[in-house]
Amino acid sequence: MSPPADSRAPRSPMREAWSRLGRNRGALAALAVLAVLFGGALLAPWITRHDPAAMDVLVRLQRPSLAHWLGTDNFGRDIFSRIVYAGRISLIIGFVAVGIGAVWGGAAGAVCGYYGGKLDDGVMRLMDILLSVPQIILAMAIVGVLGASLFNLMVAVGISVLPRYARLMRASAMSLRGVEFVEAARAVGKSDLRIILEDIIPNCLAPLIVLSTLGVAQAILSAATLSFLGLGIQPPTPEWGAMLSDGRQFLRHAPHITIFPGVAIAVVVMALNLLGDGLRDALDPKLRE
Amino acid sequence: MLSYLCRRLLFFVPILLGVSLLVFSIMHLTPGDPAQIMLGPEATQEDIAKVRQALGLDRPLAVQYLVFVSNLLQGDLGRSIRSDVPVWDELTSRLPATFLLAGCGILLAICLGFPLGLLAACRHNTLLDTSSSMLALLGFSVPNFWAGLMLMLLFSIVIPILPSSGYGEWRNLVLPAVTLALQIMAIIARMTRSSVLEVIRQDYVRTARAKGLRERVVLWRHAVRNALLPVVTITGLYFGILLGGVVVIETVFSYPGIGRMLVEAIRSHDYPLVQGGVLIFSVSVCAINLGVDILYAFLDPRIREQYSGARGRRAAA
Repeated sequence: MSPPADSRAPRSPMREAWSRLGRNRGALAALAVLAVLFGGALLAPWITRHDPAAMDVLVRLQRPSLAHWLGTDNFGRDIFSRIVYAGRISLIIGFVAVGIGAVWGGAAGAVCGYYGGKLDDGVMRLMDILLSVPQIILAMAIVGVLGASLFNLMVAVGISVLPRYARLMRASAMSLRGVEFVEAARAVGKSDLRIILEDIIPNCLAPLIVLSTLGVAQAILSAATLSFLGLGIQPPTPEWGAMLSDGRQFLRHAPHITIFPGVAIAVVVMALNLLGDGLRDALDPKLRE
Repeated sequence: MLSYLCRRLLFFVPILLGVSLLVFSIMHLTPGDPAQIMLGPEATQEDIAKVRQALGLDRPLAVQYLVFVSNLLQGDLGRSIRSDVPVWDELTSRLPATFLLAGCGILLAICLGFPLGLLAACRHNTLLDTSSSMLALLGFSVPNFWAGLMLMLLFSIVIPILPSSGYGEWRNLVLPAVTLALQIMAIIARMTRSSVLEVIRQDYVRTARAKGLRERVVLWRHAVRNALLPVVTITGLYFGILLGGVVVIETVFSYPGIGRMLVEAIRSHDYPLVQGGVLIFSVSVCAINLGVDILYAFLDPRIREQYSGARGRRAAA
């Protein structure tokens, strides 16, 4: 009576996860959307017909048309081109900021969880303090201290999300500390560094991947928020949040300047959130009903 | 319960000290001379020296921190560089507006988010469930500043029934509060849905149904009450996000609260004001978390019993 699939050798957990992800329609749609966005960011010069920085006062504040698909802004710049180019920056910021947070936070968490003791106490209290400042306000304060630039924006968002990764990795590392295969590794004389890198970290990768995917969405949103408040990417560089901010004063007569960059942010963030949810379901079979 | 309260309050102290250190370092981690940055490039040497002295920047760092904390305990946060108004006065004059906005926002989010999540859970796997889940996903994917601008476009420009900025009347509060509520509402709805779904599968709910209780009683007395716990925690945890939203939304709607003050202070390098703003937001988050912990203990008899001494033994079952 059993289906033929059961007679096959058990599949690897990785392939298992992929096939589960493949059955999640939301996650597949999200992957497709993200593929389009990445493609657009990579091929920006070839898919846009206008220079994102080219000003033309003769066509300022135009509504969407065949020549300018999403219209033009107050300097006559093509909004579609600017959104595509801004996508590059947003994606870079999202991934680099999460990279900073996940690598440094994750490393600190793994080391603290593995060793425990005073080091753990000290570092985790520091994380508690960072967590008690609202994330976006912490990022704002860091930008305020360092000054507004692309690099500082990534650092600020990265630091502001760092405690979450530290906490996650610490919890995972602590639960793995006493597990047999770690003790076995210690018994054969592996160094602590190698145990952390080869045994601890690969075993807590699944929740880290989920948190990072959702984290990129959050980081893109944070960066756009900071730019909107004038604390992030400075003009004339195209950035979604900054474009929105510029469009505010023309909300009455040219609302398209404000509408489209917001749609772009929402689409990216939604796709990443959907993918993160899908990954969580796929990577953690325990959570599935 | 009392010992639990004391313990929680004791945990509060080191966190507050840590926050004060963090806030203190805002001025001192700046690359370059804070006095120079505050005054701008055309400041004279004497002005800079004067500001340095006023801020105590010429003293050793440890002394500066001690002075900072002792002033803090006396409610003295220094003076704004731009307006020379004491930071404390600046904060207290704006606090009611921000409290009002945050309070209305969270109330609205709970009143809309909880029923939405409950409805989705009760009609699990129906069109209603899917659409409310989509709505929730939309709620925390849409940037709040954009949502605010879109509401403004819709309700103060296309159909001009609500003011787009200002403060004083209830009508001024509607758009900012709704914008603020959207994101938290989405989170609460999602959390409520999964929490109710989990509780509904428990044995005691099956028992309640088996003994013939009406579905309404099962739902409200057995399921909802237990599902409420994680929802309370999440609402507390996301209070920080709410306050982050306050900062942005106050800026969008030109609302005279602490959030807009903070953004302007950061833009103009008015460090004492930045310190005051960050401090008040962080302390609020800590206080809310403390409140949620206590509320949690109050709502969950298991935790309450754990801390009530001799009677605790009964709770083991």
